[in-house]
Amino acid sequence: MQDMTSPIARTTPQRRERIGYQLIFASVLLLVAAVLVSLSFGATGITLGALGRVLHAYVYGATDSAGVTEQLVLLGIRLPRTILGAFVGAALAVSGAMMQGLFRNPLADPGIIGVSSGATLAAVITIAFGKTFAAPWMAAFGVYALPFAAFLGGFLTTTLLVLIAGRRGQLMVGTLLLAGIAIGAMAGALTGLIAYASDDRELRDLTLWSLGSLSGASWPKVIAILPFVAVIAIMLPRVVRALNGFLLGEAEAFHLGIDVERMKWLIVVVTAACVGAAVAVAGLVGFVGIVVPHFIRLIAGPDHRIVLPCSALLGGALLLFADVIARLAVKPAELPLGIVMAAIGAPVFLHLVLRRGVGGLE
Amino acid sequence: MGNVVISHEGPCPPHCVRQIPDPATPIDRRRGARELKIEIGSKERVLFKHRPIATLCVAGMLALVSSATVALAQAPVEASRIISIGGDITEILYAIGADKRIVAIDTTSQFPPGALKEKKSVGYMRALSTEGVLSINADLIIASDRAGPPEVVNALKSTSVRYIEIADDFSASSIAGKTRQIAQAVGLDAAGNSLAARIERDFDKLAELRKQIKKPMRVLFVLSTANGRVTVGGSQSSADAILKLAGAENAAAAVSGYKPISDEALVEIKPDAVVTMQRTASGSHAADQLASMRGLSASPAVLLKRIIEMDGLYLIGFGPRAPAAALDLMRWLYPDLPITRTGLHQ
Repeated sequence: MQDMTSPIARTTPQRRERIGYQLIFASVLLLVAAVLVSLSFGATGITLGALGRVLHAYVYGATDSAGVTEQLVLLGIRLPRTILGAFVGAALAVSGAMMQGLFRNPLADPGIIGVSSGATLAAVITIAFGKTFAAPWMAAFGVYALPFAAFLGGFLTTTLLVLIAGRRGQLMVGTLLLAGIAIGAMAGALTGLIAYASDDRELRDLTLWSLGSLSGASWPKVIAILPFVAVIAIMLPRVVRALNGFLLGEAEAFHLGIDVERMKWLIVVVTAACVGAAVAVAGLVGFVGIVVPHFIRLIAGPDHRIVLPCSALLGGALLLFADVIARLAVKPAELPLGIVMAAIGAPVFLHLVLRRGVGGLE
Repeated sequence: MGNVVISHEGPCPPHCVRQIPDPATPIDRRRGARELKIEIGSKERVLFKHRPIATLCVAGMLALVSSATVALAQAPVEASRIISIGGDITEILYAIGADKRIVAIDTTSQFPPGALKEKKSVGYMRALSTEGVLSINADLIIASDRAGPPEVVNALKSTSVRYIEIADDFSASSIAGKTRQIAQAVGLDAAGNSLAARIERDFDKLAELRKQIKKPMRVLFVLSTANGRVTVGGSQSSADAILKLAGAENAAAAVSGYKPISDEALVEIKPDAVVTMQRTASGSHAADQLASMRGLSASPAVLLKRIIEMDGLYLIGFGPRAPAAALDLMRWLYPDLPITRTGLHQ
């Protein structure tokens, strides 16, 4: 946890707490702003000003064709996309913060427990074999075949990892990390093998999927991801104390009276479910899970009472801002979300690191 | 009209416009005027007063205008703002003269070369954006059945914009079929029929010429030579289809689709001729580069200098130019065949 103790560590606890609450407040404002911006901008020139008309038309029914378009764009396209974006950003950032806390390493990625590689493998299988042996699967789930397969793939990989790293009820974090690398490499090899055998079009689909996008956002997807957001919301307060205890080390956490084993399982399962759901609906969107928690730690310190809620709020806001750029940059076409995320996130992150130093390593 | 709601029951909501159904509306015979009162929201307005002579004038004008409108309306429902999603579809639309009405295309529409410069681009056909496509304000979307992602295509189909899906495969008959289908969709049946008939004629002619080939050549299609690795067109690829049309045997039929193969496998293939994609950027010639490849250096193709570069989209795009491309290839492979260019090129 060396570089989690930035200059903030030298301030008094009271002042740190005040900075924390200010950051939560600022994050709420940012998320609200991001939601409004996301609802207001798109390829069609329709702005939030049309909302009054749209709601009126929604209540009274009959409208002209311009009204129908406004209604479709605001309520059918932008609203689910905005909600989904906020959820995905929140899920990825919180998962990242939890993984970094669990592994006591600020570079731990939410994909570290194999969810992303498993989901990618499943997505590749659906894309490449959708017309051959995976056809019944495609027929059964239609449009949602790929998201569902990705979720299942991610979850199965994590289950496998946990089975490897868990002995006699104990989850060995070190084994988890190393086994995660091995399983990730194996999934990567299989993915590469299938990619090798697929044609140009499938390859292109695959590349686009791995760059992430909110383009396919729809109400059913919002509903599908809702339970996972609910799980985060319920679990967050329960894991905060454990994660703060882990900052001191597993043994110390145990002596603080934390049920270490149970908490480890809980964190892994919640992370797997959240990342799986996020990857399923939006493809692979990197960066959020590392940058957002790190940014918060640089400003407010490593207290998870601040880091977790702020990660959720800021993760959602960052993803929404990136998505707005993705849909406006080359309109009427769209950029993959992952490109925008890295393009805006990386310089900001670098700036932060250079300005605030790397804490204890100075 | 804005959001005008017309209803005849209940209290008038704020934006409601309706006639006051008052049977006792006085008809003032002396002045020959009748009032039509309407209710807008909660206010009453007099919409017009009836005057016989003025009415006659207005009626006359209206008749003129409406006859013109009817004439317009009865012309086939002609889309004036078309989005074309799919390279072959754009090519067909240009070929039948509907290009002026296209407002946006996708990035696979590489032919005619200027198309992507003069039309808006909705991006790659498998990564469309619902709002992006809607922002074009089109009245007709003609899209390949490969367009995606599926959620976006479903959403687009659910809007009031006409959406026509064109099935796509590498068969000769499908090109004429989709030409007719696309022409019909844009109300240019005659142009479509003549283009389709010409395509069919060309394919018939190709079939006839193929019968005259005594010994088919074994031809290798090379897609790229990036990093010194040769990617060839195997069976079930568009290259395989065009090679067959040109009366050649695909030397790489053992692999499926476009695959990189090793030098040793190339030695084994020993093609009689090699067809490769033209480089747009000048400089190194693909043909020279291929001739120097270890795996090919002993092949009849290199020894007899039978390596040809062709434009990729022309050769394997499977648009209306497919028969011409096949014939070009055939003439090059079999110079003895009695092939004339007439009737085949546009």
